[in-house]
Amino acid sequence: MTSPLIGNLDGQVALVTGATRGIGKAIAEAFVAAGATVIGTATSENGAATISSYLGDKGTGKVLDVTAEGAIEALIADVQSNYGKIDILVNNAGITRDNLLMRMKEDEWEQVLNTNLTAVFKICKAAMRGMMKNRHGRIINIGSVVGTTGNPGQANYCAAKAGLIGFSKALAKEIASRGVTVNAVAPGFIDTDMTKALTDDQRERIFDTIPAARLGKPEEIAAAVLFLASPGAAYVTGETIHVNGGMNMA
Amino acid sequence: MSTIEERVKKIIIEQLGVKEEEVKPEASFENDLGADSLDTVELVMALEEEFETEIPDEEAEKIRTVQAAIDYINKHSS
Repeated sequence: MTSPLIGNLDGQVALVTGATRGIGKAIAEAFVAAGATVIGTATSENGAATISSYLGDKGTGKVLDVTAEGAIEALIADVQSNYGKIDILVNNAGITRDNLLMRMKEDEWEQVLNTNLTAVFKICKAAMRGMMKNRHGRIINIGSVVGTTGNPGQANYCAAKAGLIGFSKALAKEIASRGVTVNAVAPGFIDTDMTKALTDDQRERIFDTIPAARLGKPEEIAAAVLFLASPGAAYVTGETIHVNGGMNMA
Repeated sequence: MSTIEERVKKIIIEQLGVKEEEVKPEASFENDLGADSLDTVELVMALEEEFETEIPDEEAEKIRTVQAAIDYINKHSS
């Protein structure tokens, strides 16, 4: 099924944040199946061990708390010295701290912005230099449909995910001439632990808005990410691919 | 052991993909050597790496010619 242009990542090194489960895990597995070596990150030792065990000899799990001072820079340096390069970076790690804005605490706002947006800035900054030198790199940021549509109770998360798209476009323009593309994939409602945390009321409202009338699968996000990481997507940059069963057509 | 001048010139040649004879002291990166803003940032970062120093943004902005780069490194490397 793999063609040289799509889905062949032989010899490439990929870093996927938040790879313990859900979308991140599906992406890591798709990359491995395409021939890449994958470094997946988790916030805990347990999570890192889980990643190492499902990746087997095709990669490894590492602990990364994106909000810990210096942790990002240390991880990127570690990967570059152990694997020689990073070809593909997928910023997938994310959290939610839902609350109606009337009740949202500054702490909830900051945690979500720090993890979902500021950390992406830091990881990109640390990883892009090597990509620019190699004249090859793929940065794929995992956004969300709610960054475009908004969602009550998620002002912090929506702001971070919308910010991610603007960030991706700006960075795409800055480094396109170095053979590095920067794109976003905006999942709709995907069957993961994160959407399991939604209330029944939220779920019901969401289902009414999805023409495909089902949740998406993590593998369906991974497929879009794999396309953007593939050699054939070299001329796609600054783009956002929406994968949402038709719930929002941008 | 090459001199600071030789090392700076070597980095400029590598980073900007220019010929050795083009790297004259008065040559401007942007006007004479075809560098864009990103090239100059990369050049400064390469100099920082080679000479294990950190060049503050306000100083980096002033490094616009071959001689300015050599002067900066001469002044700031131990």
